[in-house]
Amino acid sequence: MILIITSQGPDPTDPVDPRFGRAPYLLIFDTETDQFQTLDNSQQVAAAQGAGVQAAQNIVATGAQVLLTGRCGPKAFQALSAAGVQIFSGTQGTVQEAVQAWRAGNLDQLTDPNGRPQH
Amino acid sequence: MRIAIASGKGGTGKTTVAVNLALTAVRMGQKVHLVDCDVEEPNAHLFLKPDLGQNHHVTLPVPQVDQALCQHCGQCAEFCEFNAIACLPQRTMIFEDLCHGCSGCWLICPNQAITKSERVLGDVATGTAMGMSFTHGELRIGETVVPPLIQAAKAQAENANWVILDSPPGTTCPVVETMRDVDYVVLVTEPTPFGQHDLALAVDLARALERPCGVVINRAVPGREQIEAYCARESLDILAKIPFQLEVAEACAEGGLAIDVDKQVADALVELYEKLMAREVPV
Repeated sequence: MILIITSQGPDPTDPVDPRFGRAPYLLIFDTETDQFQTLDNSQQVAAAQGAGVQAAQNIVATGAQVLLTGRCGPKAFQALSAAGVQIFSGTQGTVQEAVQAWRAGNLDQLTDPNGRPQH
Repeated sequence: MRIAIASGKGGTGKTTVAVNLALTAVRMGQKVHLVDCDVEEPNAHLFLKPDLGQNHHVTLPVPQVDQALCQHCGQCAEFCEFNAIACLPQRTMIFEDLCHGCSGCWLICPNQAITKSERVLGDVATGTAMGMSFTHGELRIGETVVPPLIQAAKAQAENANWVILDSPPGTTCPVVETMRDVDYVVLVTEPTPFGQHDLALAVDLARALERPCGVVINRAVPGREQIEAYCARESLDILAKIPFQLEVAEACAEGGLAIDVDKQVADALVELYEKLMAREVPV
């Protein structure tokens, strides 16, 4: 299974980024190989609008089924849900710790958007 | 003659100048059309109490996807500068409120899967008030795309010899849309640090658009000369000074006309009118 974690830096030891669309990095974690990969999302950091929509599209393109993040706005939520991606919020600490928390079942799955709509 | 009344800073008296200048021009025998281009927060009607004709919708062309024809190639999403399209493996989603109506997606789609739909941005209505023509535009609540509505409002004022556009505040797209094709920009400011700071931004915008501009100092107070000093440095014409008067503020707060309550204000507006007339190219 492929997980995506929004991150402030390119490494699994970097802190998670609670922002979804404008996180500078997306880390891809494969539960079968226990390997991380880094996806540069810096282009979206300064997007005038629609950063969440674009990030959602990029995440779906990786084949991810799970997203670990802080807040997710209504448009990104809609796009991710349409593609069957499960979204978990309330991540804390480093990317590695977030993955452990998800494995331990300590993260809440979002059933509604929890971020304010932004442009 | 098309004149935009703009300011940079909000609350400096754009609408006061626009309405009272329009009425001054009417009294001088001009055929005047005033357009309230501040469609996000229109207020000229509060002073003019116009008799408006029917509202008509102003729309923006937006895409609609036929999922049966869509091959999910992603060209539309890649083209969209505004991230209004998410192309997912099974489905292409449109986020209409992010769309600016550029038409690119349905032109680029190789499968003709995108057709043109419409989103209502707001309404415009034209009528008469106090001897002039008047157009009022109003953006829908929640809408963020403003320039096409301003364009539609401006298009209503083709046949007057004096077209006065009451601009929104600031220096963003709605102001650019208001100013871009006028013959002259009147910048209304006040003698405060904020007034001066935002006036400078508005002057930069007018110059970037290659529109000639001059300054009206509203709420002028003797001894506060910072705007005069700035205008001298920048070689800008000061077209008129409207003195700060409590009675004028009270009249405006009640929807009254400044030129009808104070002789000095009336004289300042006549001075502004005459300076603008002197600029006009004879037909």
